[in-house]
Parts: sequence; structure tokens; C-alpha cells
Amino acid sequence: MALAKRIIPCLDVDRGRVVKGVKFVDIKDAGNPVEVARRYDEQGADEITFLDITASSDDRETIVNVVEQVASEVFIPLTVGGGIRALKDIHRMLNAGADKVSINTTAVKNPEFIRQASQHFGNQCIVVAIDAKQVNTEDRIPKWEIFTHGGRNPTGIDAIEWSVKMAQYGAGELLVTSMDRDGTKDGFDIDLMSRITAAVSVPVIASGGVGNLDHLAQGVLKGHADAVLAASIFHFGEYTVGEAKRYMAKQGIEVRT
Amino acid sequence: MGKIVIVDLGTGNLHSVCKAIEHVSSTKSVCITNQPSVIRAAEYLILPGQGAIGTWFNQLQSNPELEQAVRDRLKSGPCLGICLGLQALLEHSEESGGINGLGILGGSVKHFSSNPHHANTYLDKKNNTTPQITHKIPHMGWNEVRQTLPHPLWQGIADRERFYFVHSYYVHSTHPQQIMGQCEYGNLFTAAAAKGNLFATQFHPEKSQHAGLQLLKNFVNWNGDV
Repeated sequence: MALAKRIIPCLDVDRGRVVKGVKFVDIKDAGNPVEVARRYDEQGADEITFLDITASSDDRETIVNVVEQVASEVFIPLTVGGGIRALKDIHRMLNAGADKVSINTTAVKNPEFIRQASQHFGNQCIVVAIDAKQVNTEDRIPKWEIFTHGGRNPTGIDAIEWSVKMAQYGAGELLVTSMDRDGTKDGFDIDLMSRITAAVSVPVIASGGVGNLDHLAQGVLKGHADAVLAASIFHFGEYTVGEAKRYMAKQGIEVRT
Repeated sequence: MGKIVIVDLGTGNLHSVCKAIEHVSSTKSVCITNQPSVIRAAEYLILPGQGAIGTWFNQLQSNPELEQAVRDRLKSGPCLGICLGLQALLEHSEESGGINGLGILGGSVKHFSSNPHHANTYLDKKNNTTPQITHKIPHMGWNEVRQTLPHPLWQGIADRERFYFVHSYYVHSTHPQQIMGQCEYGNLFTAAAAKGNLFATQFHPEKSQHAGLQLLKNFVNWNGDV
């Protein structure tokens, strides 16, 4: 008996609605975030992640309201990402009822921010989100580069090195998304995940590419992820979180039932 | 009028605790405060906390009146410690360069890395992948709690139920009669401890769905006797 591997449904929220796109474009509406979160809680989700993808900062208050409503009726850990730029943004999300914040672009712009944030709030609530894409190299050794701004801006930073650095700076957890796989339903980038999980001693959440339940299981069995994150397989009713857990348990993976 | 008081030491997610308590108790009022007089008058006291224990104690000790109110209130009437609110009750912690605790419970707080299991790596031969670290730090997620002794706060909760944990330091109790629950993560550690009117958990009941809410409900219906 041991620590359970976590299943984390992810809600991309734009102006108060859950949406889902393929490779960050071609957006579909997937419902009211409070109702969707309640449904996943009932299905046995181990945590819920909200990513605020609202472009305009005018609409940022919307996600705070969503988190407040969800936190008053759903009693599992909640993570919120998107638009976290300063300690006051973290404070605001934690006050609204979030347990962790996920930080991407700001970490790249100013890595010291992760150190400050984890010293101030504790590393248990600081998740660094890493969007990585495989790049061609002359020597054919696999290499991944990280991107910011929802996958639009390349940085030239190596994803594995960045993961190690962020864990050292105080990230309590890493959320690793393969941009090559995101929305494709081809499964996680196992090569990327297993290299990162081997390189860091903090928990890693695998994300990007889940199209069926076996993909979730492979993220744990071959990618060695501590948690697996998925969106569309749950949003559009293909599978419930409960079905995912039963499948993973059959593969010998420890889950919370 | 019964009042549930959550002590605010500026660390951690007090609102989550508050919302969960409001969910299980419709009749009692709940407040988050650092006012000594309110803490002394609390019918139910909750001592939460996340982050660094040094910061937690700095906050407590920056106001001697507050510290005395907390120490006095912990002596009688139902009290619940959560996470750092458990660790602070021990005699000593390795965290924050080594720090003395309130010394109400016997034992100390250690870092998971002080156990050799956490540095161990293994090679997954079947899948032939790179060596992996077996026990990540922080210990984060849902783990099983074995109820080592009966207690009113375990009522309606199955033995080996899973609760949500997130911590890098763990409690090593030296008084077996104070250990109410144990969890295993590389080594066995104290997941819940109690002494008289005090009950304290390493896990977060406010984030542990049904089982956690049941424990909080048991707490607000507890008179502090065992």
C-alpha cells in the first residue's frame, strides 16, 4: 500500500467558460467551470486544475469568482494557473480557495520569482508549468525546448535543465505539457516525461495528448509521472474519472478509489 | 453561542479550512483571527498552517499575548491541529535550521531525506528507462492512514482510508499512546496524534473529500473528552 497516483482533470477557462482546443487553437466550449468541477469531484478526481487562458487582464476577476465558488463546495486540492505574475496574484488565488498556483511565463522571465514565492508561501503551493516541444538537433539526441505565453513564444531553454533548475529554486511540483502532443490524443510524450521524472526529486504531473485510458496508465508506468492530467477525454463524456481509475488499478497502479 | 476559531498566523490556506468547517457546521459561527481574547474564548480551536515552521513560530512569538493565549487555550477544550499545527506541538523540528516546538506531544519533526529510502533510485528493467527516484519530496497526494488507536474523531471513517497529504517533514512520535494514525512513505510516520483535548493531523482534512469532512464534523461535535 502506498501513495496513490493522482488523476487530475484540467479545465481551461476562458471568460468564465471551460474550453478546449487542439494545439492551442480550434476552441470548443465544454461548459460552466463550477458545474464541471463538481462533476469531477463526484467522479473521484484527486485534484482539479484550472488554467485561466483569458487573453484580457480585464476578465481576470472571473477566474477568482470561479475558484471561490468551487472551493466552497469541492473539498479536494485545487490548482490555478494563468496570469500569475506577482506575489499578490498568488495571495489572491490562495484567498479565493486555491491550494496551489501554477506558474509558467513569469518563471521564465524571472526565475527568482519562484524562489521568492516558495519562501513566502511554502513550496507545497508552487507548481511550475513547463510547456515543452521537441526540437531538431544535428546530433539526433532528443532535445526539448520550453515555450511561454500559452505555447506561442520559444525561449531556447532546454526543458530537462529547466526542470532541474525550477525544482532547485523551490517548485514543489512540475506540470509538464508536451506541446507536440497537446490535443492530439496520441498519448503523453513518454520520452520527455521519463527524462524529467528521472532528473528531479519533486512530483511531476504529465500532461498533453491523452486520448484513451491506456495513455493515462502509460504516463505512470513508462513516464513515471506521479500524477496524470487530462481534459477532453473527461469533458466530452468519453470517460469518467472513475473509469480511468478502474483501468489504472487493473494495470497494477495504486489509485484512490 | 459556540464559536469555532481558526488561528491566523499568516501561513497557509486558512480559507480552505474555514470553508470546509462551514460546510459541516451550519449552527456554529466560524472566524479566522489572531486576536488573543477571541482565541481564549474559543469553544473549538483550530491551529492550521502550511509553509515553513520558522515563519509560523515567528508569527506566533512576535506577539507574546497571542502566544500565551494559544498555549493556554491548548490546555483545555477541543483543539485540532492541521499540518504545521501538528508539527508545532512536538518538542523539536529539524526545519528552519532547527527549532524548538511547543513540546506538548512527545517526539520530533524530521525531513524525509533523512531516511535513506528517499535518496534511492531504481532502474525499471522491464521498461528499460532511466533510474527513477522512489519517493519524491514533498510527499504529495492521497495516502492511507492506519488508525492505530480508537478516537472519537475516527468515528464513521474506515481504517486505511486515504487522506490528502502535502509535506516534506514528518512527525516521529516517541509516545506510542499519542499516535492515533500512521502512514507509510519510505518510513512509517505519525499521520494523526492526540493527547487529551488535542487532536492533530499531518494530512489536510479540509482537502480530503468525504473522509476529511467526516473528521471535521466529528471534531465540531466533540466535547474534548476521549
